[in-house]
Amino acid sequence: MKEASPAKAYTLHLGVIVLLFTLSFVLPEYHHGLLARIMVLAVFAMGYNLLFGYVGLLSLGHAMFFSAGLYGAGLAVIHLGWSVPAAFAAGLACGALLALVIGLLALRTSGVAFMIVTMMFAQVFYLIILYFAAWTGGDQGLVVPQSARVLVLGDTSLGLTDPTVRYMSALVLFSIVLLAALGIVRSRYGRVLVAIRENEERTKMLGYDIFSNKLVAVVVSGTICAASGAAYALLFGYVGSTFASVQYSILPLLWVLLGGAATTLGPLIGTLFMYYVVDITSGYTSAYLLIVGIALILLVLFFPRGILGTIRQRWLGWLP
Amino acid sequence: MTDKNGFFDLSRTGLTRRTTLKGLAAGAGLAVAPGFVRYSQAQSSAPIKIGFQCHRTGIGAAYGRWYDRTTAAAVKAINEAGGINGRPVEVIIEDDGTDPGRGAEVVGKFATQHKTDIVYGTLFSHVVIGSAPAAGEAKMPYFVVSEGHHVASTKLNRYVFQPGITDVKSQIQAMAPWIAANAGKKVTQIFPDFAFGYDHRDYLPPALKAQGAEVIAQIAIPPTESSFTKYFPQIPAETEVIYHVMVGPAVLTFVKELGEFYGSSRPQLFGFIDSLEATDINSPGLEFLDGSHFWEGSPRYAQTDDSAAQKAYRAAVGIDDNGAAVGDPKDVSTAAHMFGCWETLYVVKKAMEDAGYKGPEDRAKLVEATEALTEFAEGPEHPQGPKTFNGKIHQCFGIQNISKVEGGRLNVVHKTKIEDGLYEPEGDYTTQPL
Repeated sequence: MKEASPAKAYTLHLGVIVLLFTLSFVLPEYHHGLLARIMVLAVFAMGYNLLFGYVGLLSLGHAMFFSAGLYGAGLAVIHLGWSVPAAFAAGLACGALLALVIGLLALRTSGVAFMIVTMMFAQVFYLIILYFAAWTGGDQGLVVPQSARVLVLGDTSLGLTDPTVRYMSALVLFSIVLLAALGIVRSRYGRVLVAIRENEERTKMLGYDIFSNKLVAVVVSGTICAASGAAYALLFGYVGSTFASVQYSILPLLWVLLGGAATTLGPLIGTLFMYYVVDITSGYTSAYLLIVGIALILLVLFFPRGILGTIRQRWLGWLP
Repeated sequence: MTDKNGFFDLSRTGLTRRTTLKGLAAGAGLAVAPGFVRYSQAQSSAPIKIGFQCHRTGIGAAYGRWYDRTTAAAVKAINEAGGINGRPVEVIIEDDGTDPGRGAEVVGKFATQHKTDIVYGTLFSHVVIGSAPAAGEAKMPYFVVSEGHHVASTKLNRYVFQPGITDVKSQIQAMAPWIAANAGKKVTQIFPDFAFGYDHRDYLPPALKAQGAEVIAQIAIPPTESSFTKYFPQIPAETEVIYHVMVGPAVLTFVKELGEFYGSSRPQLFGFIDSLEATDINSPGLEFLDGSHFWEGSPRYAQTDDSAAQKAYRAAVGIDDNGAAVGDPKDVSTAAHMFGCWETLYVVKKAMEDAGYKGPEDRAKLVEATEALTEFAEGPEHPQGPKTFNGKIHQCFGIQNISKVEGGRLNVVHKTKIEDGLYEPEGDYTTQPL
């Protein structure tokens, strides 16, 4: 991989943010709403990518971090009547704390064992949600009241149910996480993570503390995923155990693989691609998952490193 | 009144050649203007678009298939009778994958891309609850056929209605008098340890207590469980009735193991047919259910006293006397629930006609017109039976059927009254702004 030019990389990322901002004014209503949702879920994928793409840790339990944010924020509003910023912070805190605990336990393993342990923890988290149905709504979930989903900034009240406010809120979150992810992967710490992925033993020999570096990565990754979950609860008004099921642990893996693991913009591309393939094909046939499967096989054949990963490999070596 | 100024005198010189030509051109333009004509026509004959949020894939697919067929049959009947307000009905289907996240997206798609007049047809509770905020925000009337108590709990929003099928709280309450009088007074409940089971866990004990009976044990079984034998020793020996509401593929194992546990001597069994919708009652392993009783919303098997409306409904949907698809006895229907699709569409028709509904700008009027409905008489539009509708909680109330498994079929042995299922409203949607 060529050394990425900072100016080029930041220009590209700012360009993507400006493009998304501009799209808000030109997209038809439906795609406007869909893109807001995609941006929130792309944040989930970005959080996943940090651990999977840059550290090489394949987790099958990230749904628990997403749903920690989802329930942390949603339940704070529903049961405690907290404001939107406080509830969002609660979601982040829940995700960070959970990631710290899971990291401390799961990082005692690696490889396939790490995958299985994270999946088991996520299953436990899922069953805990069902068990405490009196508070979580169990498998049916809960609605976050529309009246509580209002962001008060000084004298201004912004209803998060307003399509423009929702889109811009999603864009702000997406932009912050995108630039933060870019900053992390370009930083000294980011290089250490890649070194761990490439050769853990050699990195250890060079004097780096593998466990603590991985632990920080798990916590940052979990917190980003929780930010996505918290935003989902507050912007779309529903918390439910489906989001803690194994399906939602596999989805970010799929999005990242499609878009390009270890690329900063890959998670957005992958999420966007999957959403639109499902959306378009389901309009034609109920066997749309078959078409999605064929599309995935073709992608693996012709873009083995994901869309952006392959583009970087073949044409744009400077892509971060 | 005289025309003193000659206003109507076409021979007046005031009518110049230029004025005449202008007038003729304008008149001709108006007459041939395609946009104008089409618009006028659109107002009168463009279809009413109903967005059908269908469980085509996912865990609800069996229900989705039959909801789809019932919807198609009802729409065909409505259109053949002149449509709604003289306009044909067009159904646009989107698959929600029985997933609440996708469900909300689908509601958004109906509202902003297909621009449907209403959204309709959702069954699974988590999809309804997940989709309701999107419907409320889009101010999209959302008619569900779910039987969950979530609509009547008034915890959703003013745009969500359930006018075609009773809710589970009402169903449970209506069962209690019959259970206490005919099956036994000491009841043990076995239910899945998630929300569907909790409705039964919470609503049955007070309903039985009111009838002089009691729940003596409640056994919650985790949703991940695939074998049930270890739970059966928890059933108290004095149990007179086992009330079971297991759902999903595990139900066959549940019944088989229960049969092995009790052998030929068992307490009375009472269950909800939800466990066995789209499943042949004569499947191997279900023999143990012979002689037991089930709740059914609408009977799966044709009954000797079926009304003409019920017969016509069954013929229109395409189910035979055994409740399976005509021509395919293995394709068993979800008869106990799918009638709700038929009846909901006729409620939508009635409400749209009452509201003088013309298009999406009249959605608020449609909500108010639906809330104003009070009764649905039994007949071709409501073949399951008569119903009342409470506009404050957006929920209908109707009769329930209790059927006995005998001779490999379900025979209705008791029909409840509407009053048996009534309860105090828990809120009032009509106080919410439109």
